[in-house]
Amino acid sequence: MKILVCISSVPDTTSKINFTDNDTKFDTNGVQFVINPHDEYSLTRAMWFKEKQGASLTVVSVGNQSVETTLRKALAIGADDAIRINAEATDGYFVAQQLAAVVKNGNYDLVIAGRESIDYNGGMVPGMLATLLNYNFVNAVTGIEITENKAVVTREIDGGKEVLETELPLVVGSQKGIVREEELRIPNMRGIMMARKKPLNVAEPISAEAATEAQNFEKPAVKSACKMVDNVDELIDLLHNEAKVI
Amino acid sequence: MSILVFAESSEGKFKKVALEVTSYGKKLAEQLDTNLVVVSAFAENTDPLAKHGAERILMGNSDALKTSDVAIWADFIVAAANQENAEVVIIDSSSNGAYVAPLVAAKLQAGFTSNVVALPLSTSPFVVKRNAFSTKAFSKTEIKTSKKVIGLAKNSFGLFESPVQSNVEDFSPDLGVGKIKRTSVDKATDEVSIADAEIIVAGGRGLKSGDNWGMIEDLAEVLGAAKACSKPVSDLGWRPHTEHVGQTGKQAATNLYIAIGISGAIQHLAGVNSSKVKVVINTDEEAPFFKAAEYGIVGDAFEIVPKLVEKLKEFKAENG
Ligand SMILES: Cc1cc2nc3c(=O)[nH]c(=O)nc-3n(C[C@H](O)[C@H](O)[C@H](O)COP(=O)(O)OP(=O)(O)OC[C@H]3O[C@@H](n4cnc5c(N)ncnc54)[C@H](O)[C@@H]3O)c2cc1C
Ligand SMILES: Nc1ncnc2c1ncn2[C@@H]1O[C@H](COP(=O)(O)O)[C@@H](O)[C@H]1O
Repeated sequence: MKILVCISSVPDTTSKINFTDNDTKFDTNGVQFVINPHDEYSLTRAMWFKEKQGASLTVVSVGNQSVETTLRKALAIGADDAIRINAEATDGYFVAQQLAAVVKNGNYDLVIAGRESIDYNGGMVPGMLATLLNYNFVNAVTGIEITENKAVVTREIDGGKEVLETELPLVVGSQKGIVREEELRIPNMRGIMMARKKPLNVAEPISAEAATEAQNFEKPAVKSACKMVDNVDELIDLLHNEAKVI
Repeated sequence: MSILVFAESSEGKFKKVALEVTSYGKKLAEQLDTNLVVVSAFAENTDPLAKHGAERILMGNSDALKTSDVAIWADFIVAAANQENAEVVIIDSSSNGAYVAPLVAAKLQAGFTSNVVALPLSTSPFVVKRNAFSTKAFSKTEIKTSKKVIGLAKNSFGLFESPVQSNVEDFSPDLGVGKIKRTSVDKATDEVSIADAEIIVAGGRGLKSGDNWGMIEDLAEVLGAAKACSKPVSDLGWRPHTEHVGQTGKQAATNLYIAIGISGAIQHLAGVNSSKVKVVINTDEEAPFFKAAEYGIVGDAFEIVPKLVEKLKEFKAENG
């Protein structure tokens, strides 16, 4: 089985978000970039398929040179090789088209992307990718087992979960829960050394148009101070008469 | 030209999100001086849609839609968009809405923006305001294609009534057979889900043990609220993963969010910023959550919460 894990390189979850150039660009100053959390869970699950079922494991990211640090981390965790598509990832449709070309080229059986990236929060790449490839697609995946050509997938739904059966080739949008927290791997020294020797191939993008473009950004209005309350009677009164939410 | 809204039904009825996208579609149709068409399936009573401005409703009833393959649902919506020559397709952000929208966009070769929070800022160029960076910022995004798909963020637009007589047409496009089968489903039917909730009661590690959740349950019950938790609480196995709210968990876009024993880490706040009123109960007056909250009580949850439950019961008895 050939697995491709799509990796989005995002600001560390604790990052303060600021903008420059008249609020048209994200300010990367002092920001550390990491593997998108949902992608890190995906990668960990993919490692299981590699170790237990002999799958091959490639990671891919669409981005400029700065995403190579993130890809090296994925290699240090255990991916066999990495691909970087040399283009700015400004629009989900554009990214999905680039990834579709990679999947077609490499004939991957299972593509794991994250339910959403924590910076753009588009939640659009996995579904678009599956559609462009005409692969089966399951989103919000919290569990996956593969036997030969058959996939049993657990998916979160509003208020619970469902179990689905389908066949490879398959794209899944995975999320936290697909592996347990304690299974996440921190790259060790040996992994980091080995990652330096693993192939990180850079490919030029195929020609595709972006369908959307972020023009500028805005931070939410500074909110007024919290009203401190002494007792529950006062709280109930405020929630009822002032906030009108109960 | 038209504006197409996908109004999702659940067990034959419309949830609030369906009425919210319809309200949005109606206003957008007015803004663009065009007609609103709503596409839906398996709904018996369409009055709620008519009340929110749906003049024409295309209703699917075919067995082909009784599938768990989202691609079939995408084809269904795309067929409606093509038939009606829809310029903009509007879809909600429920788990099904967020699932199907990117597929519809890719099939229509339409630009797609999710998490949209308001009517377009301008329609030529077509610019929408959306949440980004896990609600830590807004992005004003231009959709450049002639066809557009908008994913509307939950509880961001609200409901607007504009009653009309609606015309319901049977809509049965040719659909293929799904390639994904559902083998089982496990859904708490007696509880309010985070997605549907108007009020959420959330507990954090401050509650010390999963055994202490009784009072959270009591509070949720008097308020008719959904229960939620912080990430460590679910990682520790005190509560199921499905209750985890935040950057890697669920988005809580409710009217009232009561956070008990939660510090208010940036990753947690990223999941609650879209809630309108936040109440924090915490022993530490320095807890960062207070800065993000509207109302706060500094104190011990084990004293305050049972009192709050008791007083709320009295309040409910008086106010119905
Ligand atoms: C993007 C998206 C949007 C969706 N929107 C909607 C929506 O708006 N509305 C909607 O309803 N669904 C919607 N769904 C689909 C939903 O997830 C289910 O797949 C679908 O509703 C299943 O229909 P069902 O419950 O009738 O079928 P199943 O879950 O397959 O259940 C059929 C039931 O009928 C029972 N049954 C079978 N034969 C008989 C019989 N002879 N007598 C009595 N009982 C029998 C079976 O035992 C079973 O319990 C959507 C799905 C997606 C992906
Ligand atoms: N630039 C990118 N390169 C590779 N994969 C990406 C990229 N952007 C998004 N993805 C994948 O798509 C998922 C969802 O991202 P998004 O649609 O941006 O919310 C991510 O978790 C990644 O798996």
